This record gives sequence, C-alpha cells and structure tokens, in this order.
Amino acid sequence: MGNSVLVFAEVKDGRVKKVALEMLSEGKKMAEKLGGDLSAVLMGSGIESLAEQLGQYGADKVYVADNEVLKDYTCDAYAKVMADLIKANEPAIVLYGATILGKDLSPRVAARVETGLASDCTDIGLDDDGKFTATRPMFAGKAYVDLSFTDSKPNMASVRPNALPVSPPDESKKAEVVKVDVNISPDDIRTTVKEVMKTAGEKPDLTEAEVIVSGGRGMKGPENFKLIEDLADVLGATVGASRAAVDAGWRTVDDQVGQTGKVVSPNLYIACGISGAIQHLAGMSTSKYIVAVNKDSEAPIFQKADYGIVDDLLKVVPVLTEEIKKLKAEG
Amino acid sequence: MNVVVCVKQVPDTESVIKVKPDGSDIITDDLKYVMNPYDEYGVEEALQIKEKFGGSVTILCMGPSRVVETIRTGLAMGADKAIHLDDPALEGGDAFATAKALAEALKGIEYDLVLCGKQAVDDDLSQTGQTLAELLGFPHASLIQKLEIADDNKSATVHCQVEGGLAVLDVSLPAVLTTQKGLNEPRYASLPGIMKAKKKPLDTKDLAALGLSADSVGCAGSKTIITKMTPPPERAAGKVIEGEGPQETVPKLVQLLREEAKVI
Ligand SMILES: Cc1cc2nc3c(=O)[nH]c(=O)nc-3n(C[C@H](O)[C@H](O)[C@H](O)COP(=O)(O)OP(=O)(O)OC[C@H]3O[C@@H](n4cnc5c(N)ncnc54)[C@H](O)[C@@H]3O)c2cc1C
Ligand SMILES: Nc1ncnc2c1ncn2[C@@H]1O[C@H](COP(=O)(O)O)[C@@H](O)[C@H]1O
Repeated sequence: MGNSVLVFAEVKDGRVKKVALEMLSEGKKMAEKLGGDLSAVLMGSGIESLAEQLGQYGADKVYVADNEVLKDYTCDAYAKVMADLIKANEPAIVLYGATILGKDLSPRVAARVETGLASDCTDIGLDDDGKFTATRPMFAGKAYVDLSFTDSKPNMASVRPNALPVSPPDESKKAEVVKVDVNISPDDIRTTVKEVMKTAGEKPDLTEAEVIVSGGRGMKGPENFKLIEDLADVLGATVGASRAAVDAGWRTVDDQVGQTGKVVSPNLYIACGISGAIQHLAGMSTSKYIVAVNKDSEAPIFQKADYGIVDDLLKVVPVLTEEIKKLKAEG
Repeated sequence: MNVVVCVKQVPDTESVIKVKPDGSDIITDDLKYVMNPYDEYGVEEALQIKEKFGGSVTILCMGPSRVVETIRTGLAMGADKAIHLDDPALEGGDAFATAKALAEALKGIEYDLVLCGKQAVDDDLSQTGQTLAELLGFPHASLIQKLEIADDNKSATVHCQVEGGLAVLDVSLPAVLTTQKGLNEPRYASLPGIMKAKKKPLDTKDLAALGLSADSVGCAGSKTIITKMTPPPERAAGKVIEGEGPQETVPKLVQLLREEAKVI
C-alpha cells in the first residue's frame, strides 16, 4: 500500500467546494508526514480548469474525470471512478467532505474497496506512529469517539465542513493533471437523474454555512421571518429554523436544524426565539460561537450560548440588522 | 411489492447520555429505548406501499433481546413479520459489519425494496443503507422525500434531498432507499394493532442460523474501532449582555462579536 493521500474535491455549480480546500490543507500535512504525495479527484463535465486551484491549495496531482456522464452526480458513476482510482493508486488515506453528496458517496466506495470509513468527523490526524485517527460525535454530539482503523486500506474519512482550517494558497504551485479514462456505460448507472429542482437560493447550504441565523416558535409567525432574512442578508448568512417553526409550516424542512434536521457547524449561530431543546442543540452545539436572543432568561439555550440577550426578538433583531449594516458600511 | 425495513432500536432522543469514566462506552442503566426516528418513516412508507400494491412488510432488526419491543412497535404499526438478529457476536459493529449481517439475513428472502433510515441517532453513522446496497449489489438513493413505485414494480421515482434542492431520480428495483423527515407522517400503533402484533411471526436468528463466522461480524468484523469515548467538550458559560433595551445591548453584542469572537 502506498503512502499518498487522496482528496475527493467536490464541485458545485462550477466551483470547488470550500470543504475540499479544508481537506487539501489537512491532507497536505498528512502526506508530508507520511512521505507521500497529495492528490485530488475532480469529477464532472467541463471541470478541468479547476485543477489549477487545487494545485495552489496543495495538490501535487489532480485526477480529472471530465465526462458528460459525470455532469449530474449519480452514486453509481462517481463510486466507480473513485473505486477504480483507489484500486489503481492504493492511497493510504482518502478524504471527503461530509456534505450531502460526500455522505452519499463515501460509504458506497468504502464498501466496494472493503475498507472502513469514519463518517462526519470533526477532527482527523496521524498519531506518533503515523496511524490515521479520527474523532467524531455520536449521540447527536452528546459523546465523542476516537476511532482507529484495522488493517484494511485505505483509511477513509468524511469530515464535517468548517471543522478544519484552510491554509493559504501558493499561487506559484501547479499540480500535475492526470486525465482519467471514464469507462462508464449507461447500464452501469441504475439511478438516472431526471431533473434537479432548486429550492434554495444562492446562499450556502446550512451544513456548510459559516454564519446561520435561525428562528423558532418565538418568531410567532412566518411573516416575522422577514426580520431573520434581513439580518441574514447583511451577514451573508443562511437562514435556519427549529422544528417548531418547520412543523408550524413557517419554514420548509430544508431549513430545520437539529436531530431530525441538519447538523450544522458554523462560526456563528444566532438563535432567535429558540428555547434550546436537546434535539435542537444536537444540531448546532458544535458551532464556534452561539448567540441567543430569547425573552425567557431561563431558556436552556442560554447555557450553550456564548452571548445572550434576554429581550423581545421582534425589537432586538431589527436593531442588530441596522448595527451590522453600519459596521459593514464602515468597512 | 415486498418491502424490508431495517429498523434499529436507539436511546430516546431526550436521553441524557453519560460516558463511562473509563471511556469505553456510555452508561446504559437508565436509558429508555425507542425505534430510530428515521426508521419510523421507513415503516410508514412500506405500509403505504403495501396498501397500494399489496405484498408484505418485513421488519429486520439486529440487537439484543431488548430490541424485541421496538420490533413489536413496527408490527403493531402494521408490518407483517419480523426478523431479529440476536447474538452477542453481532454487537458493537461498524457500518460494514452491521450491513454484512443485514445482507446475510436477506439471503433467501423475496423482496423488491429495502428501506433504511438516513441515520441511526445513536452512532450517527449515516452509512449502513449505502453499505448494505453495495453488499447486496443494488443501487441506492439517499434522503428520499417522495417515493413513487412504477406500475410494473420494476422501478421507482424518488425525490432525493441534494444540496440546495431536490433531485428527481429513476431507480431500478430492487434498491435500498434511505428515509428521512418530510417523506410521510408515521402512524401510531393502534390498540388492535398492538394486540395483533403479539401473534405475528418473529424469526430470531443467531450467528449460526445466519451462517456467518464470528470474526466477520460485530466488533471483530469491523474496519473501524472505537478507541475512546469522551463527553463533549464543555462550552464555557456564556455572557448575558446587560443593558436597557436593544439600543444598549445590541451595540455591545456587535462589539463582542467583532472584537472578542472575531466572527463578523
Ligand atoms: C424525536 C425528536 C426529534 C426532534 N428533532 C428536532 C430537530 O431536529 N430540531 C428542533 O429544533 N427540534 C427538534 N425536536 C423538537 C424539540 O424537542 C423542541 O420541541 C423544538 O426544538 C422547540 O422549538 P422552539 O425552540 O422553536 O420552540 P419552543 O420550545 O416553544 O421555544 C420558543 C422560545 O421562544 C421564546 N420566545 C417567545 N416569544 C419570544 C419573543 N417575542 N422574543 C424572544 N423570545 C421569544 C420563548 O421564551 C421560548 O424559549 C425533536 C423532538 C423529538 C421528540
Ligand atoms: N442494528 C441494526 N438493525 C437494523 N437496522 C439497522 C441497524 N443498524 C443500522 N440500521 C439501519 O441503517 C440505518 C442507518 O444507520 P447508521 O448507518 O448506523 O446511521 C438505520 O436507520 C437503520 O435503518
């Protein structure tokens, strides 16, 4: 088995996702320790030009699987390309972002090459003996586990977006581009994509957002979410919601944060009119900073919040929006 | 249509989870167990398919004897029969080992569709459905929000959650689909349902009956190993910002976010 690190570089709307750069930054350090190189895989149609950026972020080699059949993601096609690459190159470690796509693809690839997968990790690293280790939450973040791997190779992990830092790019660095022969017949693809319907705007998905503003039952009705949206706009944030707000029909299921919604890890999570039920906390307690606005000083959310304002959110949120606008105008 | 629903028993989401001092596991003494919430959507969907197309619904559940209660819940909701994989050697496995046992249990059974939850809320792996599909040699689709079976029962159209929207896929059957919130509203078990459940067939299989070796399943058959469990990192007690109304508190908050937290 080799000593290289392979990163699946997910592309969305013609751009490499930030989480892929996070994986490259960490992967680079691991490859250096292992004395191997760092490679990345690009898949899609018309994506070859993105290889340059991956080189600047540390990839020594970029495998480019550029083909019309890879334009829309299907697990059958993507898993085949990944598994073939892994079999041919025998990397020691394979990394994915724990995005919706990454979490769909990685277990399938792991099973195909008969190896282990540490999913949705918050940290990864090499121990003193150079063995790959991973840390991941379980029980919705109520416990954390350290994982090691048995002899099966490669060691695979999907890592939560925003969990690891991105190192600054080196614009002089160029990766070797290796074109991958894509041998996929239509029969290999047992799930055909008929249509992709967009339901969200241009904002990053909740699972990857760096700033989130969420509203709960305390919003009182769908119309008041305008306040949340205005605040989110000035912050460049994505809007989230508690289950109470979703069940009331004020927001769609896509917006739900928590145990039965999305697990998020932004740098800043602003919870407005959310009590902080254990199932909501399960989805956002790994946020770096939590702000709570709630009129009940006893609300459990204040035990998790870094900063709290005990007041009526209908009064607080518009002022917050104005203050941040002022700040941004000052630059 | 014969549908198999993989159901896991998990601690209630309200549970306070405590880690044993030696970091080997959680303390299970006072835990209340329930059907994994995502698997409830699977049971409901299977029942709706049966109501429309006929056929049967089978619950497949691996775990110690306590999981029989969860299996009975599925039967009381309306499933026809159940397979219970119960053997100490099956315990403590990762997704690979678990899927291996589940796949083995499906050998010799006739089915058109397998439903799994998108994630079990205890280990939160989100892997077993996809892994099972690979071991069975079937396609899969994850995070389904809508499912329509074609009239010939040979394929299905599913709406899957993807980033920023929904993908509409045609999937050939048999397939493994993973279910989540938004797909349906799971029914409650009715009283007659609970009575009937007691008489429904429940096939308990141990390792020997499955025909697998002890080193290929459970902890021994796993590719990843938990070396240590710890409680989550403590969040330091936060500051409640004092002041007379938003005109005072909000500027203080903004200053803290900018200068202390450096997040805006
Ligand atoms: C299996 C299961 C899974 C679940 N999954 C999830 C999940 O994924 N996500 C989730 O969020 N929940 C989930 N829940 C539900 C969870 O238990 C809570 O019911 C839910 O989170 C409550 O939402 P909330 O905080 O918006 O509402 P509430 O608990 O009703 O809180 C509303 C808060 O708003 C405050 N408020 C009211 N008016 C104002 C005002 N004018 N200004 C300021 N504050 C105000 C109140 O003081 C209160 O604290 C789940 C439950 C179960 C059983
Ligand atoms: N022990 C088990 N018995 C039956 N089904 C299981 C078991 N473990 C996992 N599953 C199924 O796999 C899904 C995903 O689990 P996981 O990959 O552990 O998050 C669950 O929602 C179940 O449908």
